[in-house]
Amino acid sequence: MREQNPAISKGVDWSLIWIYLLLVAVGLTAIFAATYQEGDSIIQSFIGFKTDYSKQLYFFIIGAVLAFFILLTDSKFFSATANLWYTVGIFMLLLVFPFHSRIKGTESIIRMGAFNFQPAEFCKIFVSLALAKYLSRPETEFSKIRSQMIATAIALFPAALTILQSETGLALVYFSFFIVMYREGLPSVILLIGFAVAALIIATIVMEPNTLAIILTVIAAFIVYIFRRQIKRNRTILIRIVFFWIICVGIQRFAVPYIFENILQKHQIERIYDLFGKSNPYIEKDPALTKAEAKKQKESGSSYNVRQSKIAIGSGRVLGKGILKATQTRYDFVPEQRTDFIFCTVGEGFGFVGSIILLGLYLLLLFRIVTVAERQRSTFSRCYAYGVAGVLFFHIAINIGMTVGLAPVIGIPLPFISYGGTSLLTFTIMLFILIRLDADRQMVLR
Amino acid sequence: MSVFNQSRSRVIRIIFLVAFIFIIAQLFYLQIIDGRHRQLAAMDNAVFAKVDYPERGIIFDRKGKAILNNTIIYDLVVTPSEIKGIDTLEFCKLIGIDIEEFKQKVLDARYKNGPVRPSVFKGLLTQDIQARFEENSWKYPGFNLVERPLRTYPFNAAAHILGYIREADARDIERSGNFYRQGDYIGKTGLESYYEDVLMGQRGVQYMIKDNKNRLVGHYENGDFDTASIAGRGLKTFIDVELQQLAEKLMTNKVGGLVAIDPKTGGILAMVSGPNYDPNDLTGPDGSKNYSKLVLDVSGPMLNRAIGGRYEPGSTFKPLGALVALDEGVITPSYGFPCGGRYTLCGHGKPACTHSGGGHAANVRLSIANSCNSYYAHVYRLAVDNPKYKNVKAGFLKWAEYMHAFGLGVRLGVDLPSESRGNIPDTADYNRENNNHWTSCTNLTLGIGQDKMLTTPLQMANAMCVIANKGYYYTPHFVDKIDGETEDDSTLMNQFRVRHNVLTHISDTAFSAVIEGMNDVVKFGTARVAQIPGIDVCAKTGTAENYTILDGRRIKLPNNSMFVCFAPKENPKIAIAVFVQNAGYGATWAGPISRLMIEKYLNDTLMKKSEADLERISKANLIPAYFKRLQYKEDSIRAFKWFKTTKDSVYIKKYLRAFNVPAKSIPANIPLPKSNKVETAAILPVEKYFRKPITQVLS
Repeated sequence: MREQNPAISKGVDWSLIWIYLLLVAVGLTAIFAATYQEGDSIIQSFIGFKTDYSKQLYFFIIGAVLAFFILLTDSKFFSATANLWYTVGIFMLLLVFPFHSRIKGTESIIRMGAFNFQPAEFCKIFVSLALAKYLSRPETEFSKIRSQMIATAIALFPAALTILQSETGLALVYFSFFIVMYREGLPSVILLIGFAVAALIIATIVMEPNTLAIILTVIAAFIVYIFRRQIKRNRTILIRIVFFWIICVGIQRFAVPYIFENILQKHQIERIYDLFGKSNPYIEKDPALTKAEAKKQKESGSSYNVRQSKIAIGSGRVLGKGILKATQTRYDFVPEQRTDFIFCTVGEGFGFVGSIILLGLYLLLLFRIVTVAERQRSTFSRCYAYGVAGVLFFHIAINIGMTVGLAPVIGIPLPFISYGGTSLLTFTIMLFILIRLDADRQMVLR
Repeated sequence: MSVFNQSRSRVIRIIFLVAFIFIIAQLFYLQIIDGRHRQLAAMDNAVFAKVDYPERGIIFDRKGKAILNNTIIYDLVVTPSEIKGIDTLEFCKLIGIDIEEFKQKVLDARYKNGPVRPSVFKGLLTQDIQARFEENSWKYPGFNLVERPLRTYPFNAAAHILGYIREADARDIERSGNFYRQGDYIGKTGLESYYEDVLMGQRGVQYMIKDNKNRLVGHYENGDFDTASIAGRGLKTFIDVELQQLAEKLMTNKVGGLVAIDPKTGGILAMVSGPNYDPNDLTGPDGSKNYSKLVLDVSGPMLNRAIGGRYEPGSTFKPLGALVALDEGVITPSYGFPCGGRYTLCGHGKPACTHSGGGHAANVRLSIANSCNSYYAHVYRLAVDNPKYKNVKAGFLKWAEYMHAFGLGVRLGVDLPSESRGNIPDTADYNRENNNHWTSCTNLTLGIGQDKMLTTPLQMANAMCVIANKGYYYTPHFVDKIDGETEDDSTLMNQFRVRHNVLTHISDTAFSAVIEGMNDVVKFGTARVAQIPGIDVCAKTGTAENYTILDGRRIKLPNNSMFVCFAPKENPKIAIAVFVQNAGYGATWAGPISRLMIEKYLNDTLMKKSEADLERISKANLIPAYFKRLQYKEDSIRAFKWFKTTKDSVYIKKYLRAFNVPAKSIPANIPLPKSNKVETAAILPVEKYFRKPITQVLS
């Protein structure tokens, strides 16, 4: 694919744009289904800017205009200004601390007139650009630990700031940039260690502490037994094994409890334990509460959302209830069904078939982005593409995962579908920068 | 350099795919495998089956006037979250409560149904408050009027016949197999109860969609699954409401029962039980207050004495005795008995007779006209000692069979609940009491309607129908037709449409002798008071002496006044039985009452003389004085029980001399402690109210 086309529209990857438009259309339908009031004139309320679906439509139009301008921009502009944007992003994140307004328990939103503005959302673009910029520098040698550390720092510094704004969910998104780093040569071992640590943490939550410690010890002893001959020859292997054992038990006995007690907030711990169907051991139980009362308290908590969301999705069955007949979502049984729990509307209204189609669209989008990434000649474009793929993947997997009860409830939106101007504009800009870069894919240097 | 890592794009794709497969697997579980479960849960969340109550059926009298109808009254409901900026003080003044109560009620509503759903603030507004609120309702957002259907009795009459509805209690709900639910209304007594299935109609269900705050927002599936309610069907009765009103006026402040039946159909024209009450007292805002007052009244206004009161028929029984003997062939119409003032053939000279000699019992006709006690004691003995039967027991059984044929000692099956069967004794009773050895002398006063014989006014009126019809009767009943009669209704109604030819085998001559005798009673006997120009009335009076034991002393009470009759003699149109407890001679009270009834029914007007009688009778208060004492005792016992269980001395003070509390300061109704089960008195006739221990028949 090496055609050379001077016209702007010619290099553009239309399949991405079509998928994008389809997803936005699904989103508008879903928001409409969730919030439409019986008796409203549909066209009028779509134009009127009073209802959520109308607002989303206007956000989409703004996004389309922005996308058009992005496509008009010189593709070198993005690589040239990547670091500048990153600085601006960090500056905005810092601005939040003195100027935030408190909405729904987060401290990450700046109010500007009628609009709420969440820098943490936009920052994802800037980090993608900056990380791509860093990795594509000719002088960067990513095989070196030092470069890897710097790349990690670029990705995780905004995350740290976001955590300080009580937006742990948004902060976790930045971990998706490890996908970029992995593609660029981060050793697989690190990925494996990451999985191992995750597994260990989950085991810590699910299992009795002592049982887990014994199991870990038994595993260690078993490994020592297997490698007994090698150990005889080389003592360092034994030392390594003991070292890993100490780290594992340390994570299990001290690190995880420390994180739970001192870093995470109450509701976050609650959500994590809810996910595994366990009662939270870090909360002091009120002995005066009877079982029924405790149950009631629990039901009204965060698990209520997930329970209702599962009911909504499950009750859609194979073909769904139809667009305005979804009782769970239409009558507000699922909280936040316009924003974070928007997938319920799809699941209830369009059933298993509709959900599969939506998931298929997303998978198509992700695979297409990977394909697009791999055909780039410039490292910057490729890294940026993987950044976009990673962020989208994380959002999709965690958001849908939380509505079906596979992931803890983290308040992150479903790309292109959830109601919310910031989120829609962020993803639109991200995607269209990618499309713009891709249009100039034959350029090697930026 | 990075191209070297190109294979990793595949790993990344696999990571994406695996995550999606997990999600799809979970979706498959939620939507396909476990979907049914969740569908039900969603339905449970969002669909509310709202019961649509039909209007209860209306009851009409014989001329098509509605005597039990429906009306609308209003509940004031409040939606706490919508109360904004109202002048609480003014509002309280309007409704007639104080601010404390207002606050409490709003709090209660909030607690009960939450802030966004309406709850009843004040139920059953009086018309006055409703009108005042309606005028000012715009000032009070959050408060609304909600319609509530209510039963109403346009003629304030026929309380005992029509009965009342109340909320179904635990027993009703259980008995109906949970068809009725908490808060449903159910007919408790009277026609309301007997024809409950017809009157209640068919409930409808509306499946409503509710939101997360339980507000109803619309019909589920556009109402495709809804069923409409079907209004209860009306009942056309035989009741003549003007006659009923007259009867009730006559029975004001009397204890007893009155029944008037059309012998040709068995249709009951009027039925009164004294003391009476206004049925409208039990509906409307003061309903429960009045209800408890009536339940606790020792004179038993809630009891229907016309079907539940058990009285010795006394002399009114005599025509029946004559017919039995005539049919058995032990006497002929010309049979005479030499009565010398008392009956001597059993050796103890009882019973006594008001007349002596003069041939006052020279034949059946004369014996009835003169109400000879000796004659009927003897005739009874002749009947049970009939040589046809091998002994007195067999003879007695035959006699009892006749009694049952007349409808005495059995439930007639009137269309009201809790009918009493009265009492016709069994041979077993006498066997037990007399060590198996007894003769016709043992119970010879059965011949004059005494001994163990007890009848209800309804039974005596029905017995008059049998005589008037010369041997047959229709089961006495109120309902003539059910609107839109179904097959089920027909099976119910057919029992009232069967002619019971119980005694048609009795000869015409026998009937004629008795009927002529009863006619003579009016012409020149004890019932001259019942003479109506132009109408041949047949009647029989009765007077029973009675005593009661009060505070350990036996006291004599005024006589029970009884009167049975039918008219006209040829082609009878009305049969009446009137029992007035502790009133005096049969001819003094019960007689004129019956005459007025006949006049009203047959002539549709009253004579001048009758107007005066109406005044006199309706003004007379014949409630026995000892009821006051009984009431005092009952109240004080209840006050004591209340004090024992609650340690609340507010009621008992009235009865303790030491306190000397002025009676006015004591609340009138002493509530019953919960453990005490006396409140069932209203439903089950309590025997003690009919206790009538010692009776002697005078005439």
